[in-house]
Amino acid sequence: MSTPLAVRSDTRASAPLAPHSPGRIAVRSLSVEVGPQHARFAALHSLDLDIAPGEFVCVLGPSGCGKSTLLGAIAGHVAASRGEIAVDGVAVDRPHPERGLVFQQHTLFPWKRVIDNVAFGLKMKGVSAAERRREAAELLALVGLAGFESHYPAQLSGGMQQRVEIARVLINRPRILLMDEPFGALDAQTRRMMQTLLLDIWAQIRTTVVFVTHDIDEALFLGDRVLMLSQRPASLVADIAVPLARPRRDESTTEAAFVEIKRRCLSLLREPARAT
Amino acid sequence: MSATLDLTGRKHTATREAAPTNALACRSPLRRRAWRAGSIALFVAAWQAAVHCHLSLGIVTFANVPSPADAIPALWALLHSPRLPMHLAASVTRVLAGFCAAAIVGVALGLAIGRYRALEDMLMPPLEILRPIPAVAWIPLAILMFPSTELSMMFITFIGALFPILLNTIHGVDAVDPRLVATARGLGTGTLSLYTEVVLPGAAPSIFTGLSIGMGTAWFCLVTAEMIAGQYGIGYFTWESYTLQNYADIVVGMALIGVLGMGSSLLVKRIGAALTPWYRLRGARQ
Repeated sequence: MSTPLAVRSDTRASAPLAPHSPGRIAVRSLSVEVGPQHARFAALHSLDLDIAPGEFVCVLGPSGCGKSTLLGAIAGHVAASRGEIAVDGVAVDRPHPERGLVFQQHTLFPWKRVIDNVAFGLKMKGVSAAERRREAAELLALVGLAGFESHYPAQLSGGMQQRVEIARVLINRPRILLMDEPFGALDAQTRRMMQTLLLDIWAQIRTTVVFVTHDIDEALFLGDRVLMLSQRPASLVADIAVPLARPRRDESTTEAAFVEIKRRCLSLLREPARAT
Repeated sequence: MSATLDLTGRKHTATREAAPTNALACRSPLRRRAWRAGSIALFVAAWQAAVHCHLSLGIVTFANVPSPADAIPALWALLHSPRLPMHLAASVTRVLAGFCAAAIVGVALGLAIGRYRALEDMLMPPLEILRPIPAVAWIPLAILMFPSTELSMMFITFIGALFPILLNTIHGVDAVDPRLVATARGLGTGTLSLYTEVVLPGAAPSIFTGLSIGMGTAWFCLVTAEMIAGQYGIGYFTWESYTLQNYADIVVGMALIGVLGMGSSLLVKRIGAALTPWYRLRGARQ
């Protein structure tokens, strides 16, 4: 136990974050039914997906189509009715710190200071207080919150709370980062700032990201690939590559290629609506 | 930096929102304290006036009530009596013992019942039947069940304090955000750590409310408990004064119990506030 830890802190000392080992996600004919016994409905219907290690994939779809259910299933919070999900060949059957989940509304512990919220995952692993606080402080610096260590979550703005949330998930060195409309409750300016911040972090740690959103601009700005889901029960409508150069900046959203893909997404989103 | 701007912006809105409700408190805490002391003085003055004028309101009459002018010399006498420290020590010990036992049992049971439906179904029906039974009805059984009168008296104060603590703990555990529990699990939290890291701190504000009420009800049961007593205790002093028809001393005993109960309740509340500093912060966001 102590040896890998020592090695890890050595690598930390040279670079702010040692490379995580990104995970490969394989979803095979996944169906999920949700709701109470007497009123169960299918949220996902025989979905097949492959997400490569280190890929940034955005999931787009009409609201209520089952995007969040898909994330919950990959996280291990929602059980599959049929089919299976495997991460690096291992079937998902329960939540695990290697698959970090970030929601739209923060789930920080209100009774813990920011630094202890971030260090929580390491505390659960039995890492000593000094070591986990040191790592947490580094991650807080990475998300631009150095100096806010001893604040309580309630003393932070919505955008800052989401940064703490991201830092708390990252301290577990997740193979997969699952984000469920994490910036949905933020104002437009803060949201763009957070998107840029997320891309900067991702450029440093290269974990696999699955990012659910209903905002086409956000999906195209962030993702390598955009998966378009249909209305409930959700199935895959389109798998669109986003070949825009990185690092992406505000100007990326006005490039011809961006506008072209956005037009395609818009028409795809409109089509199923016309059919029903 | 925009993050800093963010925070200051938030602070401004928070103070603006809080301003109307806290206007009185913010103006001058000293003046507010003076008002509160004045209110007690006014209450005593009204009492004195009611007795002095033989105020009679048809169904209630103050004609035979001891006045503050009678009670204050009695209080003075008691304060100089060598028996007071023994009365106080006996009562405080009984209340503290009953309260501490109730705190341990109430919080432990509450944490378990609040988390597990099966335990709730198994334990709550008998507890709900025991709850409305007044402390005075427990006296005969308390005497039969315990080897010493001292333990019987502690049991009565325990009964008084138990239910507010138990019910507030259950309520607090029920109210813990299930999203926080799911998040903790996702971050690798085991069953035991879930209690210490999430359930207990999440329920803490409600538990301290229960402890503060429980401290009050423990004192509330003191006279009942010390009806069993032989020699010492503020409750015993009050009860004895009644049997000796020493009316001024009854009032002194009542006032002492009131002041001690209020003081210890306030102390528990203060300790709770000190241990849950985040709780004051919840406001606009949460």
